[in-house]
Amino acid sequence: MEVTITVNGAAQTVDVEPRELLVHVIREELGLTGTHIGCDTTSCGACTVLLDGTPVKSCTVFGVQADGRSITTVEGLGAGGLSPMQEAFKQEHGLQCGFCTPGMMLVGTALLEQNPDPTDDEVRWAISGNICRCTGYINIVAAIRAAAAAQSQPPAAASA
Amino acid sequence: MATQEQEIRGIGHSVRRKEDDRFIRGQGNYIDDIVLPRMLHMAILRSPYAHAKINSVDTSRAAAVPGVIAVVTGDLMAQHNLAWMPTLSGDTQAVLATDKVRFQGQEVAAVVAEDAYTAVDALELIDVDYDPLPPVVTPQQALESGAPVIRDEKEGQTDNHIYHWENGDKDATDKAFAEADRVVSLDTHYPRSHPSPLETCGCVADVNMGTGQVTIYMTSQAPHAIRTVFALVTGLPEENIRIFSPDIGGGFGNKVPVYPGYVVATAASLLLGRPVKWIEDRTENLISTGFARDFHMHGEMALKDDGTMLGLRVSLLADEGAFHADAQPSKFKVGLFHIVTGSYDFPAAHVSADGAYTNKAPGGVAYRCSFRVTEASYMIERLVQNAAYELGMDPSDLRLKNFIEKDQFPYTSASGFVYDSGDYQGAMNLALEKIGYADLRKEQEAARAEGKLYGIGLASFTEVVGAGPHKDYDILGLKMNDGAELRIHPTGKAILKISSQTQGQGHETTFAQIVASELGIQPEDVKVQHGDTDNTPYGLGTYASRSTPTVGAATAMVCRRIREKATKLAAHLLEVSEDDVEFSAPNFTVKGAPDKAVTIGDVAFAAYTNFPDGMEPGLEGSYYYDPPNLTFPFGTYAVSVEVDADTGEWKVRRMVAVDDCGVRINPMIVAGQIQGGLTEGFGTAAMEQITFDEVGNCIGSNFVDYLLPTAWETPKFELFETVTPSPHHPIGAKGVGESATVGSPAAFVNAVIDALWPLGVRNIDMPLTSAKVWEAIQAARAAG
Repeated sequence: MEVTITVNGAAQTVDVEPRELLVHVIREELGLTGTHIGCDTTSCGACTVLLDGTPVKSCTVFGVQADGRSITTVEGLGAGGLSPMQEAFKQEHGLQCGFCTPGMMLVGTALLEQNPDPTDDEVRWAISGNICRCTGYINIVAAIRAAAAAQSQPPAAASA
Repeated sequence: MATQEQEIRGIGHSVRRKEDDRFIRGQGNYIDDIVLPRMLHMAILRSPYAHAKINSVDTSRAAAVPGVIAVVTGDLMAQHNLAWMPTLSGDTQAVLATDKVRFQGQEVAAVVAEDAYTAVDALELIDVDYDPLPPVVTPQQALESGAPVIRDEKEGQTDNHIYHWENGDKDATDKAFAEADRVVSLDTHYPRSHPSPLETCGCVADVNMGTGQVTIYMTSQAPHAIRTVFALVTGLPEENIRIFSPDIGGGFGNKVPVYPGYVVATAASLLLGRPVKWIEDRTENLISTGFARDFHMHGEMALKDDGTMLGLRVSLLADEGAFHADAQPSKFKVGLFHIVTGSYDFPAAHVSADGAYTNKAPGGVAYRCSFRVTEASYMIERLVQNAAYELGMDPSDLRLKNFIEKDQFPYTSASGFVYDSGDYQGAMNLALEKIGYADLRKEQEAARAEGKLYGIGLASFTEVVGAGPHKDYDILGLKMNDGAELRIHPTGKAILKISSQTQGQGHETTFAQIVASELGIQPEDVKVQHGDTDNTPYGLGTYASRSTPTVGAATAMVCRRIREKATKLAAHLLEVSEDDVEFSAPNFTVKGAPDKAVTIGDVAFAAYTNFPDGMEPGLEGSYYYDPPNLTFPFGTYAVSVEVDADTGEWKVRRMVAVDDCGVRINPMIVAGQIQGGLTEGFGTAAMEQITFDEVGNCIGSNFVDYLLPTAWETPKFELFETVTPSPHHPIGAKGVGESATVGSPAAFVNAVIDALWPLGVRNIDMPLTSAKVWEAIQAARAAG
């Protein structure tokens, strides 16, 4: 059946089987491979996207459930440049193999929308649904907090 | 032509990683991201039984599903001599089962279809007629007389025993024990766990009969060695095989072996003339790919009453699964386990090891184990801790008393290793200082009076990495020598091609930093190429923390070769004799006239535009490195915990990690490796285990049953360092990737045992789940 999903700001119409998982729609139909698959029990969070701004595991959502709604994937961060979150992950060495990174950055982005200045524990709780095997989480937490600090800077005055 | 005053961001700088630019944009190129024209998808049917005879396999219903192109069985593979393949341990392993299935999850058949959903749908329509056989679930059962023979297809195999291996001087060790004041012993099972990288294994096999090219995109930590094995197994010409591992989402040893799925996908592509993609799911990854550990160990230490260690004796039984497929240097049946004497000056030691087949998945050497050093380090550090209590000594004092002294290096151990350098006292004293050990002991005493269970655990590990010298180290005969090729372009930028294979360790940055230090070309100007066997030098790959010790050395050495020629070019440009030229990155200067200088950039341009008569043009070189020895990173980890006696839950209050890996190329990346390793060590100690029931069902086949630490329960680690360079490595570096998984499990367990020792608890095998801790407390109280 046909579904129309707003993907990173642009409406896309695709024809999907009702049983097709959103993560497969994103990766195969839409060709956006930054969203990853790491498990088969909705446990790892590598498939995290934002559905109407809320982090969801796209392996546990059917594509048809996203009909008429909007999703943000990692490709939608930073609109042309790099978002403060993406910059922070690089500066803080918040990634090693990169496989969990899109999910982590999206959860971090959603967290800062709700809570612009989270504590370490608040960040850890927010990302506790995203498994990382490489980093031990310390630098991921640092990256999300660095992004929070960067976003709280007042915007530079426009030049005359 | 003047000097360039600019800080060269080489060794020692925390250069931000070049590879991050694609990962943070979601533009990593992992195997499942690869899409080729006309590509097919493969799914594998796996055995539900741990041990069963196969009477028949009927694929007719599956083959009739629209969109299914082929169904591959063991019989079909056998027609092409591919039903069995060699393992990295010199055994054979079934690609697709023919006579029997020998572990739950074993590959039985494969469906190749136009899309992945159809392939999985069709799996359910394959009819296999099994006759279940009695399963052999533990290695002890396997070695009982009369046990069912699992590998009855192997000529001459009449039982389930695989190997017996010994190391050390048995007579000297027996004598030491006979003369000891006391003997402390420990029986422990290091449980089966799984590396479980976040990306599972898979491949896209593209056999193109038109071009003759066999391209296999593969999650592989050792692409060159795998290419050679593929050539030997399939008969396809090696020069036409290209193994390409673009980005790998974590390896940890899981991506070293050749898995049946790779072979079936390649055969299917050959037969069908179209690319075939096979990506396993998480359940398949956990039940069928290379597991880790599973050693049943008995250790004994002989001591004088004053705490002097006299001898060490360890016997062990390895559960190898249904096929012996360990990825380790071939001469060593239990890897580098004989490092078990650890950081201590034992005059005598002996190891005796046996391996057994069981009806479980094959594997054993994986999950950042450094070739079984995890098992060895755990044994010695637990034994030392328990010995300290029995002697009435503080565990730190017993260690300090017996450490190999700094001036004893290079040190030949009772197991035959020659440790290159170390300062164990330095690392220990720093750890004790940083965690406030003396204060923690006082606090513990006060807490005990109130009935609170505080514990402090230590582990002082010696690691051994960098395999290795050609005399002793090979895998299936292939020597473990790796290489680097460097070419400098006219504009002074460079391309470095290396034989290692990063899975997140940051090689595109760190190896460029070595070039920066050696030649003065900034890391961002050095493109690092890896993972493509057509375009990189031959090597045995990245695992066992060997990249910096081997490829790092090769990189430094190729730079020095190039620097010789660069010096000649500089002399030509400066119009002086070669002996009058000095180099201080990035400048070649004239001795005594520092204003007369040219940069490496000037030299590079000259290599193509202005070189002296008789000189070969260009500026490049290659180097294959044969290490003179392994390298021996080390450290001390200190953990303080609190245990809740009512629930068995334990929490890490603080953890201090002191690591010494010699010279650190990129401190930020080294710290990242240690943080990740400590987390895996914590998972090992606290929650990770693959278990089996009495009929061989694999419990721990998904992330609901096999628990990995999340950010919520992972402790915050405090990292410190000492720096004791390796005297034989060209840049003084050692490996570091696995130090933390080697050293930390014992530190966590020692801390919990320390908390519970006064209650009468002497040992709890990992993982220390709250249920097991609680039961141990109850049992000790009942016995007390």
